[in-house]
Amino acid sequence: MEDRMSNSVGTSVLITHEVGLHARPSVKLTKLAKSFPADVEIALAPDGPWIDAKSIVKVMAAKAPKGTTLHLRAAGERAGEAVAALKALIERDFDEGEDHARSA
Amino acid sequence: MSNVGIVIVSHSPLVAEGTADMVRQMVGDEVPLAWCGGNDAGGLGTSVSAIMAAIERAWSDAGVAILVDLGGAETNSEMAVEMIGPPRADKIVICNAPIVEGAVMAATEASGGASLKEVVATAHELAPA
Repeated sequence: MEDRMSNSVGTSVLITHEVGLHARPSVKLTKLAKSFPADVEIALAPDGPWIDAKSIVKVMAAKAPKGTTLHLRAAGERAGEAVAALKALIERDFDEGEDHARSA
Repeated sequence: MSNVGIVIVSHSPLVAEGTADMVRQMVGDEVPLAWCGGNDAGGLGTSVSAIMAAIERAWSDAGVAILVDLGGAETNSEMAVEMIGPPRADKIVICNAPIVEGAVMAATEASGGASLKEVVATAHELAPA
């Protein structure tokens, strides 16, 4: 895992969603991560432990509450795009905030 | 649709329908989904024919994962799979996982185009060790 991630792109983002990374946000994050070919990982601390962002069970088990700074990293094809998309999703409060009308 | 289908089998139609609601609202419409619950007399229970019909509704060539609640739901599901028989029975797996959590997690995995094996493995991650 460490080798694969040696050339990773990373960022961090503050979770502002009221309930944090709970059930519904976890599903959204995982589904978005799965839409990229890159390996994508998240962590609650800059030095890990790193969690596979494509594993719904592991992401949900992380139980990151509101106010957590979530660390993201990805390696492989379209890694930068994956990190940017996940960061944007979290910044949009997983499209569930009151200020974000659903487009669907 | 090529995503793995999810079937929810509970003794209670309310539990089954509620679980299906959670899958639809939390995961979305990308996975074939069906539920059944209650016996033919309208009480609590499960029915082999209703389970077979639910498998039919959620059928996918990628396979179907079944989430069950208690005892009879599992044995009747096994019977339904047996009656469907090969070759389709080879693509149907009854998951050993809690029904609500298993359904949501399995559907999340299935929504990304995962194989039946991967979907079942995700549900099984939730099983008590």
